[in-house]
Amino acid sequence: MGTIHYFAKLAATCRTVFDGMAITFSHLMRKPVTTQYPDRMDVRVQDTLPYRYRGMLEVDLEICTGCLACERACPIDCIVIDAKKDKEAGGIVMTRFDIDMAKCMYCGLCSEPCPTGSIHHTPEFEGADYSLESLVHRFIDEPVLAFKPKKGVEPDPAIAPLLERGTRYLAEFAAPAAPATKPAPKEAPSGSDDAAG
Amino acid sequence: MQAFVDGLIAAGWFAALPTQVVYALAMLLAGALVLFVFIRLVAGSTTWVERRIWARIHSRVGPNRVGPQGVLQWLTDGIKLFMKEDLVPAAADARLFRLAPYVVLMGFVATFAVIPFGSRLVIAEMDAGLLFVLTVTSLIVVGILMAGWASNNKWSLIGGIRAAAQIVSYEIPAGLSILPIVLMAGTLNLQELIRQQGWAPWEWYVFANPFAFAAFFLFFTAALAEGNRTPFDLPEAESELVACFVTEYSGVRDLMFFLVEWGNLYVIGALVTTMFLGGWNAPVLSNSVAVQTVVEFLVFFAKAYFWVFVAIWIRATLPRVRVDQLMSICWKYLVPIAFANAVAMAVWVLVFPSGQPAVAAVMTALGGALIVAFFARVAFHLRRARVRSRQRLTLSPFA
Repeated sequence: MGTIHYFAKLAATCRTVFDGMAITFSHLMRKPVTTQYPDRMDVRVQDTLPYRYRGMLEVDLEICTGCLACERACPIDCIVIDAKKDKEAGGIVMTRFDIDMAKCMYCGLCSEPCPTGSIHHTPEFEGADYSLESLVHRFIDEPVLAFKPKKGVEPDPAIAPLLERGTRYLAEFAAPAAPATKPAPKEAPSGSDDAAG
Repeated sequence: MQAFVDGLIAAGWFAALPTQVVYALAMLLAGALVLFVFIRLVAGSTTWVERRIWARIHSRVGPNRVGPQGVLQWLTDGIKLFMKEDLVPAAADARLFRLAPYVVLMGFVATFAVIPFGSRLVIAEMDAGLLFVLTVTSLIVVGILMAGWASNNKWSLIGGIRAAAQIVSYEIPAGLSILPIVLMAGTLNLQELIRQQGWAPWEWYVFANPFAFAAFFLFFTAALAEGNRTPFDLPEAESELVACFVTEYSGVRDLMFFLVEWGNLYVIGALVTTMFLGGWNAPVLSNSVAVQTVVEFLVFFAKAYFWVFVAIWIRATLPRVRVDQLMSICWKYLVPIAFANAVAMAVWVLVFPSGQPAVAAVMTALGGALIVAFFARVAFHLRRARVRSRQRLTLSPFA
């Protein structure tokens, strides 16, 4: 280590510390980039999420046909439906529709076979709770008659928007599969994201 | 303070008590006041200040939930630590283990016996004040070694040994950079040192001549290392040593170590202020003794706390050095430079025994130019950041 090297090192130390301190001081003058979730936000995070975000499951009972397709599709059996044909009531009567959100792995397989888009994910993701029991979402309090799809336009103005939302939800799932004309032999043909997993 | 107590005795306040007892009681009272009011408040709130400043430099927000802007965070942290169980490891040397934090605390608190708060606010005006500070702070090394050894833990021991090696090494450049000031002032009395300086920057010792200016930076660097602060915080290199000598400590004893760590920052700031930056010297604003005392206290506190801020700021800037680098910085750079500086200062004092006002003016101008250059550089980095990200800038630390 020569003498010149020694003093060059000293000078470099002084220069770099000086500039480093200037950089950090300039950072002290800037606005922090932290987003203070959840209570100091301009908008709810849920409102900023995409339409197909897989949050908590929800069932629109008004348009549920009681077909049990979702129950069968669920790979971990977290959906339990009790439905019986009842001639007096004139259709399928459902007495129970439970989804155990503690078990649910948010794969989205239940919402794909649903004919009306009744069962679907919401952007709601804040599912923390104090007990496992309260994570079992019970959608039916008393027996209800299942929805029967009609031909043509839905006449009931209360149900029509739900159905429209449901079909739009399903259409979004179908969309990636649209280039069916091009056969993709090796890739999963189902067109949904989770089929690849 | 002795004059004040003497005055009370002369006025016949404590006629029934012998003088020595009155002195002892006065010391006890002053010590308790300093420890429970001043040190606790300063060291405690510094933890919050440090976390906030550090966060802002990282573009984060920092603790801002407890109280307005999080100012009460340090209180809740303290209460939490008080609630914790006071554990002593089964294999530890229990007596030494329990004693160590008190030794460390003692070495730190004792410095406040001579550190002034104002021209009249000082517990003891000692003729060998500077020497006293250097001596009692050595107790901290004893306490740290004690803690490291008694914990019966490899990390604690390595950390304790590292800390001891570091503090003992850096005592030398610290002492050698105090020497120029002592040569210039001809006294070790902290109050006398301050009295010889004035309130104006060109009357401060730091700008008296180039060697004092160099001594200032040397002393601050060595003091940071003695206080185990970044970039010399090897003893608490979390990634290697968990928490060094405090690894096995919990609850109040842990709190004591942290109190010393943050309180030490203030001691460093106070020493720098006393020796180099004119101490409590303030322009005479009022004829009232009480008002002038408050002004002096505020001036001294502001100067000392500025260096606390600088230490925090350095912590957010510089990376930690390696053990061998630590030793080479001390023995290859700081010690020879400080030594040469002290010798040069001795020659200077021999040639100009009564100082050189012209040199002081030039040095003050140089210091001012350095500060201006620094802020120009800060402005440059701010401009560059704005061009890069079109980020809006706010000049408030509490945005």
